Amino acid sequence: MSGVRVLVGTAKGAFILTADGKRDKWQVDGPHFGGWEIYHMKGSPVDLNRIYASQGSDWFGQVTHRSDDGGVTWDTVGNEFLYEGTPGTHAWYDGTPHPWEFKRVWHVEPSLTDADTVYAGAEDAALFRSTDAGQTWKELPGLRGHGTGPDWQPGAGGLCLHTIILDPSNEDRIYVAISAAGAFRTIDGGETWSPINQGLNSEYIPDPEANVGHCVHRLAIHPSKPDTLFMQKHWDVMRTDDAGDSWHEVSGNLPSDFGFVVDVHAHEPETVYVLPIKSDSEHYPPEGKLRVYRSRSGGNEWEALTKGLPQKDCYVNVLRDAMAIDTLDPCGVYFGTTGGQVYVSADEGDNWMPIVQDLPRVMSVEVQTLP
Amino acid sequence: MIRVQLPYHLRTLTGAGDEVEVEVKVAVTQRAILDALEAQYPVLRGTIRDHVTQERRAYLRFFACKEDLSHQGPDAELPEAVATGEEPFKVIGAIAGG
Repeated sequence: MSGVRVLVGTAKGAFILTADGKRDKWQVDGPHFGGWEIYHMKGSPVDLNRIYASQGSDWFGQVTHRSDDGGVTWDTVGNEFLYEGTPGTHAWYDGTPHPWEFKRVWHVEPSLTDADTVYAGAEDAALFRSTDAGQTWKELPGLRGHGTGPDWQPGAGGLCLHTIILDPSNEDRIYVAISAAGAFRTIDGGETWSPINQGLNSEYIPDPEANVGHCVHRLAIHPSKPDTLFMQKHWDVMRTDDAGDSWHEVSGNLPSDFGFVVDVHAHEPETVYVLPIKSDSEHYPPEGKLRVYRSRSGGNEWEALTKGLPQKDCYVNVLRDAMAIDTLDPCGVYFGTTGGQVYVSADEGDNWMPIVQDLPRVMSVEVQTLP
Repeated sequence: MIRVQLPYHLRTLTGAGDEVEVEVKVAVTQRAILDALEAQYPVLRGTIRDHVTQERRAYLRFFACKEDLSHQGPDAELPEAVATGEEPFKVIGAIAGG
């Protein structure tokens, strides 16, 4: 019988939540790596038993793990993330040059075709790739080196490369997003890169339509429409239909166009999910109501999904990597909160229930659909 | 043998007990101990000192013989009691964050 495995990274360890295809009864396994910050875990689509995990700590630095048995046991793999050549500088908060310094891996993205290949998005922003299952890592320096790198400035969370989208139709095309630099694209497998921020408008930078400097929070794609991407920017929900050459706003009737997550339905490429947050100053849901918003028209017209979610006195946040969607039919939607709840909807967002309610601060949620 | 005490999170990485022993065949310094420790437990590379600069991570301290030796140079010889194994070399995680 089919089932799901939900990988939850928290501020105090990793948790693995499993259920059968009904997704109504759950087993909770963990904490793994108790006490460590788990920024992200993600499974290989090629080998469902292969999971990569990024474990970071202000005390002990970066540690990276790999499981080859679905998260039952873990091996520590390589944690040496070295910038290629002379690292140079990026812009600091005050605009002065600041040396690139590796701090942590925010996001791991396993290859769509090879279980031993995995990408890592780092702070300070850089993209790394391993082709030996995480044992060694090598930077793709064309991203930092394409020309705008010295102008990139950190957002409040640091200068982090947090989103990696591998185009399922073209293995040479990769999209990444960096806070607060913007979105970037390669069409040659990571050798050369270009900013793809035309159409973004950010009032918090001197030139709101600048080539780089935008605080992109998250990108999402549907495999059947690889030229269409959705973006949750610091403010504004955006959409492109030409692989990032131009973007237009689709925030429409959302109660707030600020937020972190955006994701696309597993089977309907025009059905999109976001979770509005009141503002960049308050970082909690509008009116204390935890509402996922769904658009079935590719944006602009959004409906609130509230059944089973707290509709009063709720002041949690949902971080950028903390929403995921399985590929069952109907697809399941998952998200985790800074209050330690992980919610599931087994019917595309119509009804919700908490899987767990008292985990540490949830930093990431991913889901694997199991045969 | 040199006795080394590790903080909890590094013990979970090594899978070893509270205290490990390493052999140092040269002058007993911070660098020599950490080189031996990382050779014995490669999983610790990058967790106590930076991969590139080899500098101690900011929130870690090195204690021995009731002294904070963190600000000694990495090549300064450590007390005789550490070299003989009478006293442990302690890697301490700073208490911070509430």
